[in-house]
This record gives sequence, C-alpha cells and structure tokens, in this order.
Amino acid sequence: MSPRTFGAGGVSAINVGRRTLLKGMLGAGALAGLSACGGGDGGGGGGEVTLGSNWSDEVPKKAIADMVKGFSGGGVKVNTIDHNSFQENINNYLQGGPDDVFGWFAGYRMQFFAEQGLIGDISDVWSDIGGGFSDAMKQQSTGADGKQYFVPLYYYPWAIFYRKSLWQEKGYTPPTTMDDLVALSTKMKTDGLNPIAFGDSDGWPAMGTFDYLNLRINGYDFHKELMAGEKPWNSNEVKAVFDAWREILPFHQPDALGRTWQEAAQSLLNKESGMYTIGMFAGQQFPEGPDRDDLDFFTFPEIDPAIGADVVEAPIDGFMMAARPRNEDGAKELLSYLGTAKAEDAYLKSDPNNIGAHDDADKTGYNALQQKGEQLVSGAKSISQFLDRDTRPDFASTVMIPSLQEFIRNPNDVDGLTKSIEDQKKSIFGG
Amino acid sequence: MTRPGRTERKTRAPRPKHARTLSTMDKLTVVLMVVVPALIVTGLVWVPAISTVVLSFTDWNGIGNISDMNFIGGQNYVDVTSNYPPFGPAMEHNLIWLVVFFFGPTLLGIFLAVLLDREIRGSRIYQSIFFLPVVLSLALIGFVWQLIYSRDQGLLNAVFGGQTDWFGDPDINLWAVLVAAGWRHTGYIMLLYLAGLKAVDPALREAAAVDGATEVRTFFQVIWPVMRPVNIVVLVITVIESLRAFDIVWVINKGRNGLELISTLVTQNVIGEASRVGFGSALATIMIAISTVFIVIYLIQVMREQR
Repeated sequence: MSPRTFGAGGVSAINVGRRTLLKGMLGAGALAGLSACGGGDGGGGGGEVTLGSNWSDEVPKKAIADMVKGFSGGGVKVNTIDHNSFQENINNYLQGGPDDVFGWFAGYRMQFFAEQGLIGDISDVWSDIGGGFSDAMKQQSTGADGKQYFVPLYYYPWAIFYRKSLWQEKGYTPPTTMDDLVALSTKMKTDGLNPIAFGDSDGWPAMGTFDYLNLRINGYDFHKELMAGEKPWNSNEVKAVFDAWREILPFHQPDALGRTWQEAAQSLLNKESGMYTIGMFAGQQFPEGPDRDDLDFFTFPEIDPAIGADVVEAPIDGFMMAARPRNEDGAKELLSYLGTAKAEDAYLKSDPNNIGAHDDADKTGYNALQQKGEQLVSGAKSISQFLDRDTRPDFASTVMIPSLQEFIRNPNDVDGLTKSIEDQKKSIFGG
Repeated sequence: MTRPGRTERKTRAPRPKHARTLSTMDKLTVVLMVVVPALIVTGLVWVPAISTVVLSFTDWNGIGNISDMNFIGGQNYVDVTSNYPPFGPAMEHNLIWLVVFFFGPTLLGIFLAVLLDREIRGSRIYQSIFFLPVVLSLALIGFVWQLIYSRDQGLLNAVFGGQTDWFGDPDINLWAVLVAAGWRHTGYIMLLYLAGLKAVDPALREAAAVDGATEVRTFFQVIWPVMRPVNIVVLVITVIESLRAFDIVWVINKGRNGLELISTLVTQNVIGEASRVGFGSALATIMIAISTVFIVIYLIQVMREQR
C-alpha cells in the first residue's frame, strides 16, 4: 500500500508483487496471530525489552538483528511481524498488548496515535539523543502536543530518477524548472522515448507526483495544512496543482492505472522511459552492478521561484514506545541506543538501500546514490513525508487513492473532482 | 398404521421409571444439542451481524472504548449514498457480476458437466483440467491472470501485439476479471453438476431412450426435473459467489478504478489503518440487506417445496 513496503533490497518485481498480494490476503487471519504476539511475552524477565519489528523482509530483518546486537543494556526480544499485516492491524496491535518498542513511520501517522494516547511520550529520551538529529528530524518526531514520540532510523528521498548512460548518449541534462522539464519531455518524445515512467495500479505512487507539484506550487506549509484537513481541497491552490499535472500528464506513460510501480521502473531500466518520479527504493528493480550504478536522480524542478525547490519528500521510518510498556526503563534505554549513530551504522551496513537519519551516521560506506540522497535531504529546508503519511490514513486510502486515479483517468473535470474530495474530507475530518 | 403403534405402546408400558430416567438424559441431550449450536450461531452470526448494524449508526474509528463512540443516526448511510463516489459503481459491478456469472460460467459449467457425463474418452483428464482452477486459491488465480493481462509484459498483448490495458482501463477491467473469475466458477459448477448427474438413475435414461426421445429432449424433460435440488444449489451458489466476490479483485488492485465491489469497499474502510468502522459497517449492512433478499427468496422456495 505504501512505498515503505519495499524497504528490502534486491527483490524482483514479481516476487514483491506476489508476496505482497498473498500477505495482503492473510491480513485478516494474521490479526489473531498478532495479538498473540503482543500478549504472549507478558512474563518477560525484568531486564528484557520486547521490540516489535515490521522489518520482515530478509535484508532489513537481518539489519535489525545486527543493530540490536550492539545494545548492551540487557536482553532484547525481537518479534518480527509481516510488514503489511503489521500495518493493517496496527490499531488492534496498539490496543492489545503491544511490544515495549516497535517500528513505525514519522509524521501525521505517528501524531495520530499520539493523540489517541496509544503511544508513549519519550521526550526524556530525546534530551539524550536530540543533539544527533537535525531540526527537521526532530520536527517529524514531535506530536501535536510538542512532545517527542518517535526515534528516526532512516529515510529514503523521492526524486526524479534516470539512467546516466542514456542521458549522456542523448545529451540530456537535468531540468531545474518546469519549463525545462516540459522541453526535455518534448525532446524525449521526438527521440522515441516515453518521457516519464508512471504506474499507479497500487494507488499510492501517484501521491508522490501530487505531493511534489503541491510542494513546488504552494509550498510546505500549505502542504501540511492541506493534509491536516485545515485547508479546503476545492481551493484555487489545489486546482492549480491538478492543472499543472494535467499539463505534464501527456508526457507520462499512458494507461498508468494498470501498471505497477515495478513495471514502470523496469521501463526505466530498459531505456524505454526517460525518467521516473519515485522513491529511492526504485533501485531495487535495478540489478546490482553496472545497471544500479547507472541510476541517478535530480530533485523535482522548481515551478514558482518564490517557493523554490528546497522541500524534499523523504519518508522516515523509525521506532516508537508503547503507551504502557511492561519495561519502561528498558524500553527508554533501548530507544536511547537506537537513536545513536552507532546503532544506525549497524543497521545501514546490512541494509544500504536507505540513508541514516542521524547526523553522525557513517557516510563513508554510502554508495553514490546514498551520498547524493543524503546531500539532497540535509540541504532541504523542510522534509515532507508522503501524502499517506502526512494525513489521516482513512482519508488517504479511501478518498485520495480513488480520487487521484479518477484524475489520471479523466484529468479534465478538476472542479468536480476537488469538490468531491472536499465533501468527503469534511465527512472524515468531521467538518 | 394403528397396529405397530399399539404394539409399541404395549412394550413400553411396563417401564415408566426407566422412561423417566431416559427422558432426563434425553432432555440433557436435547438441551445440549440446542444450546451449543444456538450459542455458536448467536456468537458467530447474530452478534456480529447485529453489532455491524448497530455500529453502522456510529462514528466509531476502532480505537478506544466503545463508550467513546457517538451515535450519529443515519449519517453514514447518507454519506455512503451521496458522498462516496465508489458506491454506485460497486453496486453496479456486483449486479453485472451476478448476471454474467449466471448466464456465462454457470450455464457453461452445466453444459460441460452434461458433456463429460457421456463418458467420452479422456473424461477424467478434462474433468481435472476444468476443475484445476477451483483448487487454486483465488489469490493465485489473480496472480496468474496478471501475467496474462499485464499491459507491458502480459501474454495476451505479447501474442496479439496489442496495447490494451486489460486491468487498468476501467471500461474493460471488470470484464477481464469476470473471465478470470468465471474460469474458476465454471469448473466449480461443472463438478457440482457432474456429481448430480452421476446420481441420476440410469433407468430413467434407458426408459426415455426406449420411448424414442432424443438426447436433448431426454435432458430437458427427464434429467432436468430430476436434478431440481441440484439446480437450486447451483443457483444459490452462483448468487453467493457473486455477492461475496472479493479476493481476485483485491489481489489485482484492491477493488479500485473500475473494479469496485461492495465487499472491497467494506474491507478498505474497516480493515487496515483506515478504520472507518462506522462507515464500513454501513456498507456491510447494505450488503447484509441485499443478501437477505436472496436468502428469503431461497427459503420461500425451499419451504414451498417441502409443503
């Protein structure tokens, strides 16, 4: 359902597709299993801390294990739960007997649970580890009440990806403004390329394009307010976003609604498409070696010079603490450790598909793409998460996914579409 | 008729005591036999069904105490019908699904069963081939058909050199999915009907043949009436399968973009992080109401027959 599903490295498209599908089917069934997980370890010894991990794919799973090994403050029991099941059952999980510490996402999705009183305040942990994180990271870890609830682990930026070799051969250069992008796309078309790869079968990838257009046209603050339900969707600002999208939609791969993001990424790999607005996980679709090294990206171009292009969409994954952990001291000690550069280095060594959230995370081992991503994000004025992480999950999945798909299908009725979104938003956000 | 009754009374008469102890046992047995299933049915069917109806009048989001939820009257129903664009298409798709299933795979399955019943050579092999999709899970079927229908990498477009976006074009994808789901339903109905046909007394056929009836006439005038109970089961299964159609669509695109079904809308709203439990319950209640109509028709039919 969301980009972070694909946090693992080196899994082929078909594999991911099938596994995600099958696991999705198991979602309901896993509900019982989940509560058993939570409740089963109630009698853990005094020093033991439980860590609920949704890093269930092979690569991140090993990375978590390696990271936990470095913790000296007592035993840690890692309960790994299938990523999608964990996400789909998060409400039951948090209300049942959650693990002391567990993995989750930054932004509104964390704040939502903080507001419901389902996760624990770890502001005192932040007074220990806060020095190692940028203000943007701290902002993303803070609830609406000003307290901290989240320890960031890593992030992965969204940008426009392309193949260096193809661009060299054709003499393309990364566009910095929307006009450049349109000119480049037109040129690609005459060169027989499909300019922008696009696949929205899963519903969420199009959110990245919407977010970037919105961030470039209306800026970060508007994005936040819009996502929080404070600004109307049928405003001229939002219509401008859809209008701009309609301008570039003809340069996107046609029939996007039947294509998965993996298939779209492969059209980039096969040099059928010129570029692709996607997260860094797109690299998973590129075989390790020369193909993956050939992958590069540029930031989404500027549209309004007054707004600039210094907001980066970079979803952050990390850890939270249960509202009433069985071993609170141990949990906080573990979180303090998880918020250190040392812990992040241990993780990233095994899973180099992400970028460490800590300022002092070891960058010497980064590949070129990671280094570039790190520079992009550290130079960003603000970091946005992702549409489905910055707003209510029910709004994102039951309103925005169908609406964006409707727009891709019929981009001409923006007035009707935005009015429909606004009406539904009111009923979900409670007017 | 009176005689056996009397003799029975006679034999039982001399042991009133024994009868009483038995009846305590009987009572216990009866009580257990009634109470246990009643509890199971109440717990697993009625309580959830009624809770769903009750929840559909609330704004509960699945978090916190039940006491926190507010009753908001019919607001969810108003929202479902007037402020939820996928609802209309979902109703329409379920209806199309039912009609297509009935006139397509169900009739085809019956036809195949009749053919296979004729002991043609390799009948077993054909049976296995047609039945295979029933054994596969729908999730797997969804995946198999994705390989066939994929726009860029799919078999169908590769063979015919087309550019049709089978799963992405909302005007086409429902029909593409119906082919996939019908492929499975055909095998199911075939097996069911074949089992029924095997149970038909061969003497009936012979008699018809002796009377000089053609094959077609034998089927419609002799076999078909005998198969009435199986026909009803087939009909009911077709209706049920159409109403609860879910997995294959969910596998393809979570029931969006031209593949909306009531069941997928319920799931989208209730399961997962979304947790619009009240809203989803309203959708589920509508589904219950529609199913009830069919159940009632079926029950009336069955009861009328028994009378």
